[in-house]
Amino acid sequence: MFRRKSAWVVVLAGVLGASACRNDMHNQPRYKTFAATDFFGDGRSERPTIEDTVARGQLHLDEARYTGKVNGKDVDYFPIQITKADLERGQERFNIYCSPCHGRLGNGHGMIVGRGLRQPPNYTDPRLMDAPVGHFFDVMTNGYGAMYSYASRVANDDRWRIAAYIRALQLSQNAPPDLARQQQTRNLRTGQGGPAGGMK
Amino acid sequence: MAQLFRPSSNTIAKVSIAFVVLLAASTLAVAYIMDRGPWITDVRVAPEQPVYFSHKHHVKDDGIDCRYCHTGVETSHFAGLPPTETCMTCHSQIWSNASVTQPIRDSWTSGKSIAWTRVHDLPDFVYFNHSIHINKGIGCSTCHGQVQDMPWVYKVNTLYMNWCVNCHRNPAQFIRPKSEVFNMDYKYPSDQAQLGAQLVKEYHVQSLTDCTTCHR
Repeated sequence: MFRRKSAWVVVLAGVLGASACRNDMHNQPRYKTFAATDFFGDGRSERPTIEDTVARGQLHLDEARYTGKVNGKDVDYFPIQITKADLERGQERFNIYCSPCHGRLGNGHGMIVGRGLRQPPNYTDPRLMDAPVGHFFDVMTNGYGAMYSYASRVANDDRWRIAAYIRALQLSQNAPPDLARQQQTRNLRTGQGGPAGGMK
Repeated sequence: MAQLFRPSSNTIAKVSIAFVVLLAASTLAVAYIMDRGPWITDVRVAPEQPVYFSHKHHVKDDGIDCRYCHTGVETSHFAGLPPTETCMTCHSQIWSNASVTQPIRDSWTSGKSIAWTRVHDLPDFVYFNHSIHINKGIGCSTCHGQVQDMPWVYKVNTLYMNWCVNCHRNPAQFIRPKSEVFNMDYKYPSDQAQLGAQLVKEYHVQSLTDCTTCHR
């Protein structure tokens, strides 16, 4: 009789176990990215870099490339090589991070400006036409006026590519007649160009 | 001695057999439906968040790209949650006195993180990587649905293993051109089977179904 009873206990325990009311494997004692914790005072499992240490790949000795300045003056050259692919990458990054305020043409008529943000200047403003390219890198890196820093959002070299694209935008709004005419003739010959989706 | 069973016992026996079978079947059915339904999976259930943040407003009305806030999605396993600085980029000037943005300002002045509720919470034994999917032509909306239409964000898929494996077995069903990955309004063409197969070949997409692809 006793043996039969203990057999039932085993079966019952087995059924309860198989019904899996515990989630130990789903929620393991480890932190996912950005998970909260009680262990540290600030409640974050992500820890800040320890002071006076340099993480792998983050030793930035090239002053021009990582600050846009040499001896405190904005550089007037690109410290990285800019190819057509870099310019296209710059265009893509510009449209993601800058166009909400600066507009796709860089004229300062972005969507968020329409919502009430202070209007940024047009890139064809004479002050910006004459500004060295390091100035644009510096603004992206450290912010300027109402604009916050984008250093944590846009990678260092992508900021140079965006700066290169800003130069292209400036040229597109200010092309010398000869250059515009050449481009137009080429477009007529190849049947390309004109505003996307229109003028067919 | 009288008969132990009356004639009606035959019927009772048959009915009880049928009842037991039905009971077992319906228990299984209910368990299955519950397992796949929102009560267990949280599909289409938007959790409470500390800030009334509307993806619909920011994505559809304002036209902001996913990557403006989810900066890590192309390079990291984690898509990235924006720091309060990203919110303040606009909301230091727009809606800067509104009560809906008060938690952002509190976080900004106190330096405390905003404690968002994770909507897509995979089990800890799964190692998912966003960047590889993004860089091989799997679009945001394929897994996350029409986020641009969600005032409160919720998940549209169970994230169950059979859902993952369905695509891993045959990625051609869901792959799209890399240029369309962040297009939230992308519609699959009618010749997806053909285009998909071509893209799978072009992007060197492998059909990875080993356990160790996701479980380590």
